Amino acid sequence: MAVSSARIGPVLARPRLRELFDHERVLGPAFVSPALLLIGLLVAYPFGMALYLALSDAYIGRPSQFVGLRNFVTLWDSDAFRQTFQNAFVFTGTAVTLKLVLGLALALLLNEQLWCKRLIRGAVLLPWVIPTALSTLGWWWMFNSLYSVVNWTGIHLGLLEPPGPNWLGQRHYAMAAVITVNVWRGLPFFAITLLAGLVSIPRELYEAAEADGAGPVARFRYVTLPLLKPVLAIVVLFSTIFTFSDFNIVYVLTHGGPINSTHLFATLARQVGLESGQLGQGAAISLYLFPVLVFVVWAQLRFVRRQVY
Amino acid sequence: MAVRRRPRLGKVLRHLGLVPFLVFALFPFYHMALTSLKQDRELYDRQAVPLLIRQGPTLEHYRKLVWETGFLTWTKNSLLVAALATTASVVISTVAAYALARLRFFGVNAFGTGIFVTYLVPTSLLFLPLAQVVHWLGLADSTWSLVVTYPTFLVPFCTWLLMGYFRTVPREVEECAMVDGATRLQALVRVVLPMTVPGLVCAVLFGFTLSWNEFIYALTFTSSSDQITAAVGVTSELIRGDIYFWGGLMAGAVLASVPIVLLYVVFLDYYVSGLTAGAVR
Repeated sequence: MAVSSARIGPVLARPRLRELFDHERVLGPAFVSPALLLIGLLVAYPFGMALYLALSDAYIGRPSQFVGLRNFVTLWDSDAFRQTFQNAFVFTGTAVTLKLVLGLALALLLNEQLWCKRLIRGAVLLPWVIPTALSTLGWWWMFNSLYSVVNWTGIHLGLLEPPGPNWLGQRHYAMAAVITVNVWRGLPFFAITLLAGLVSIPRELYEAAEADGAGPVARFRYVTLPLLKPVLAIVVLFSTIFTFSDFNIVYVLTHGGPINSTHLFATLARQVGLESGQLGQGAAISLYLFPVLVFVVWAQLRFVRRQVY
Repeated sequence: MAVRRRPRLGKVLRHLGLVPFLVFALFPFYHMALTSLKQDRELYDRQAVPLLIRQGPTLEHYRKLVWETGFLTWTKNSLLVAALATTASVVISTVAAYALARLRFFGVNAFGTGIFVTYLVPTSLLFLPLAQVVHWLGLADSTWSLVVTYPTFLVPFCTWLLMGYFRTVPREVEECAMVDGATRLQALVRVVLPMTVPGLVCAVLFGFTLSWNEFIYALTFTSSSDQITAAVGVTSELIRGDIYFWGGLMAGAVLASVPIVLLYVVFLDYYVSGLTAGAVR
């Protein structure tokens, strides 16, 4: 190809468009430019705006002024924000841990010989496919203070004292409810991705370990876990960023209440930035998601991608 | 190995171990569907068993939902947004993914990393400034604002997904076509794309599903009853002042999930492969 273009190049003063497109150096940029334009206009530019808004006293429908770090100082003085900061870590830490443990258990079960494997897999995946905002409505009804089916079942099984907790009206119960729904919705991603990782572990390794006298626990500890580590790392990192930035579940289930006890950065940002109109402060709250994003991207690029490619 | 000695027992035990997971996964849907089919009389009877329908089912909630609310309009909006945003995104992503997987040019690695980073940006990080951009574009409170903004998360994901599929096509296939006189574009359209059809199907499915399920942008950028999507309409317009709205609300949640469930049942294997590629959103 290099030869032909060197020969033809000088002869044709105006190379035809399709010939120009045969050059990687022309075709490449042409092919990525629509995506680049989109990301520049609707991701990078808004991000720059978020930085500016966070440093301004922007109010909806009013010109804004630069105020430096005042929004961040004001936020740290507010109880709602400090509570949200704590919630975000409790919520993400608990939910990701539960999803990891339960997801691994589920993946190990699904990796065995099963009847109706496809049907079971389909059922396990379902919570992740249905629109979260809508399935959370179902959970909202299940946690209803008067007609909670969770409480009804708990009482009839003798697990709960009648009348049972008011799930969405008490601080810790509300947090437990929000975490439950997040685990419910995120579990399929963990289970199915880890299952794919398990399937790719060569059978011979287990046979060799068994021949060396390794029991089920030792096989899990010395064969499964080390080989599953790259997949585990990817799953945990991906889930961390999307759990940390969750909006739908909290917004539908509790609106951040009772008394801010379930607010996450995204829901508080919306309440402050849109419902009370303090755009600058709202943007500042949203930006707290950014360090986590940076960490996850850094960890992915530094450790994980190298092993995958 | 214990399993080999008692194959039957082991198998039964494993299925028993799966039961709690299956109940956890499926019960909310069962309860939603059940509630939507119950008569109000039984629904709000605190002595009744909430796990069954004893006093006869009814389609009244669905009838009211379809004929007395804006549900059909919301569904139409959702379909429009999902179809247009997906089409645009898959086209943009296909060419970008091909370039990233195959071509060498200035900045290709930086661009690849950029796509990956953008894929991880949560929608809740940028919805406030994006609302301003939408306003400037003159699309405030319009369904079109979603057609324009959804590609911001669809394109990175689809590009990421399709790159993997393009890498599985051997370079030789393409080179053969080009030796036979095809230009690179012809080789792409006639030889490479037909070999990546599963990837394209997967990208379309995920584009549609992610668009259909998106909530925070739809909630922020649109508010009029004739512009909102199904997820927003059901969560914001069906909740009335009194407490007797649950039947209709659950009917809305069930009915607005139907298109996705249908796709899911038909294309289960594509969803599994897309999920394995990292569709966490």
